[in-house]
Amino acid sequence: MSDVVLETRGLVKHFPITQGIVFKTRVGAVRAVDGVDIQLRRGETLGVVGESGCGKSTLAKLLVGLEKPTAGSIVVRGQDMPKLRGGQLRRARRNIQMVLQDPYTSLNPRMTVGDIIGEPFEIHPEVTPRKGRARAVQELLDTVGLNPDHINRYPHQFSGGQRQRIGIARALALKPEIIVCDEPVSALDVSIQAQVINLLEGLQNEFGLSYIFIAHDLSVVRHISDRVAVMYLGKIVETGNDTEIYERPTHPYTQALLSAVPVPDPKLRGRRDQIVLEGDVPSPADPPSGCRFRTRCWKAETICAEQEPPLEIRPRSAHPSACHFAEVREVLGTA
Amino acid sequence: MTDIQADIDVLPGLDPHAPLLEVTDLHVEFRTQYGVAHAVNGANFRLGPQETLAILGESGCGKSVTAQAIMGILDTPPGFVTKGEVRYRGIDLLTLPENQRRKVRANRIAMIFQDALSALNPVYTVGFQLSELFRVHRGMSRQDSKRRAIDLLEQVRIPAARSRIGDYPHQFSGGMRQRVMIAMALALDPEILIADEPTTALDVTVQAQIMGLLADLQQQRHMGLILITHDMGVVADVADRISVMYAGKVVEEAPVYDIYARPAHPYTKALLESIPRLDMKGQELSVIRGLPPALTNIPAGCAFNPRCRYAQDVCRHDPPPPPYAVAPSRTARCHFFREVLADE
Repeated sequence: MSDVVLETRGLVKHFPITQGIVFKTRVGAVRAVDGVDIQLRRGETLGVVGESGCGKSTLAKLLVGLEKPTAGSIVVRGQDMPKLRGGQLRRARRNIQMVLQDPYTSLNPRMTVGDIIGEPFEIHPEVTPRKGRARAVQELLDTVGLNPDHINRYPHQFSGGQRQRIGIARALALKPEIIVCDEPVSALDVSIQAQVINLLEGLQNEFGLSYIFIAHDLSVVRHISDRVAVMYLGKIVETGNDTEIYERPTHPYTQALLSAVPVPDPKLRGRRDQIVLEGDVPSPADPPSGCRFRTRCWKAETICAEQEPPLEIRPRSAHPSACHFAEVREVLGTA
Repeated sequence: MTDIQADIDVLPGLDPHAPLLEVTDLHVEFRTQYGVAHAVNGANFRLGPQETLAILGESGCGKSVTAQAIMGILDTPPGFVTKGEVRYRGIDLLTLPENQRRKVRANRIAMIFQDALSALNPVYTVGFQLSELFRVHRGMSRQDSKRRAIDLLEQVRIPAARSRIGDYPHQFSGGMRQRVMIAMALALDPEILIADEPTTALDVTVQAQIMGLLADLQQQRHMGLILITHDMGVVADVADRISVMYAGKVVEEAPVYDIYARPAHPYTKALLESIPRLDMKGQELSVIRGLPPALTNIPAGCAFNPRCRYAQDVCRHDPPPPPYAVAPSRTARCHFFREVLADE
């Protein structure tokens, strides 16, 4: 399809584990991201969900070029990002920006809001001429719903939700096509969370942005995403549009994850099909053989330990699912 | 060592027929260099045996401070309880001398915290921290207390408890650490357990494990449980009654089914409407405009009035609304609760 704005193929990131002080020897690797293929289309939101330690944030860092992949490619506008250097890389990065999780630590406390939002213009001076910068920053503040007169204030003078708006304004400054949002609302209270989600959706319609939306909160992801990818231990185990994932999940991990989310309706108490997983996520330094979910899976058989199930469309799964025994199971109950 | 268990039953004024826990008109303030922050401004609630009361609210609404005041672990100064009563079986804990209050803590009322890694001591093994409770509060020998510690870890379903007793907190995963803290809270068979955001730092699959464990233990021990949280999903799953707090006041108190079906306070209603739901793909989320008030400068009248769509002059100028009886055992602090109830 021609309107794919971002595509990754076989993206891998391994962090080496070393031993020794003078002579460092490599004794293993944390396989944070281990072969991820995603496609993002223009104006679309791709949600990425998974538990802590599944590699979501490493994926985000790879996409914006904060980490170098061990293998694989990230193609944006026909260019393979990890291969670019110097000026080419700098220009390519303009196109893909990031909103970070914690609005309290991701803004420099010694810089004014104007400097924070204007800093991308310093690094990419060709975007806006020096004279027009103050004006551009004020327009950005207005776009994200902050008072343009507050340009000289410092981050501590703003509340959590307002700070996240500043982070969003900074990401918008270079007019990117793609914004990677890494847990943008998880540090915020519910009432503020709704404001920020609505803002992100409004901006998407206004500027035709594409989002990669990473979160552990499945309800938020469902609300904002067109398509969803479920990650477990560095791999995508199931992907599809939001109804496929939420109403007809076929991978046992997706089913367990969905069934664990509490629904704010006491009438459904005890009537939901709750799957409680035993144990914890295995260490990504030493993932199980075959299917990585088999150690916690109730469907696991010998084949699961021997063969790794590829992410593909299967007889009983109309969307790609990485399970030998993929099968639809409704877990959300009467909605 | 004195046998504290023996004295605990002779706490003066203990009345086994009085309500398990009753908080009346509790006020807590923090005196800081920037002014006095009114964190709790008249909290009222009651808890019975085997009942689960959820205290629901956003950050800064006073829910954790209320718990700290009940436990008697408020940072003083700057925090002071300025008014109110916390009665456990008829005894006002706030007027109890510290040496007697200490017997109530952990023995009768125990608490678990949000972040288990910072609540446990990093330089002692889990086994030491657990058995310490038995040695100090029960005067048990090292051997006996160690045996009890292993029992407890098994009760909270930690695999291979016997071998893990010598591990330090950082060697456990997040979910396992939370189990250790639950074990510690339950060690002395309390009648009341206060859980302050017990699963906020955990993943949903682990959250389901922990909430299931808490429910089972509550059943077995007939404990009263106060669950402090901002997650309306968790509350819907486990609570019997809900107290919604805003700016240090309980603005609505009701049985769980009633509150989700038809909220009576505009704040509760707005909160329920602003959560994205898994089983519903909504349109635009409805938003509570504005920000929660600064606790040093709470608006006159009803504290929610600047953000409320029902607000009228009476909300801004009259004294804060009293807890109107909406139905039997259901209250709401809103002059217009009838309108809120009638709205879809």
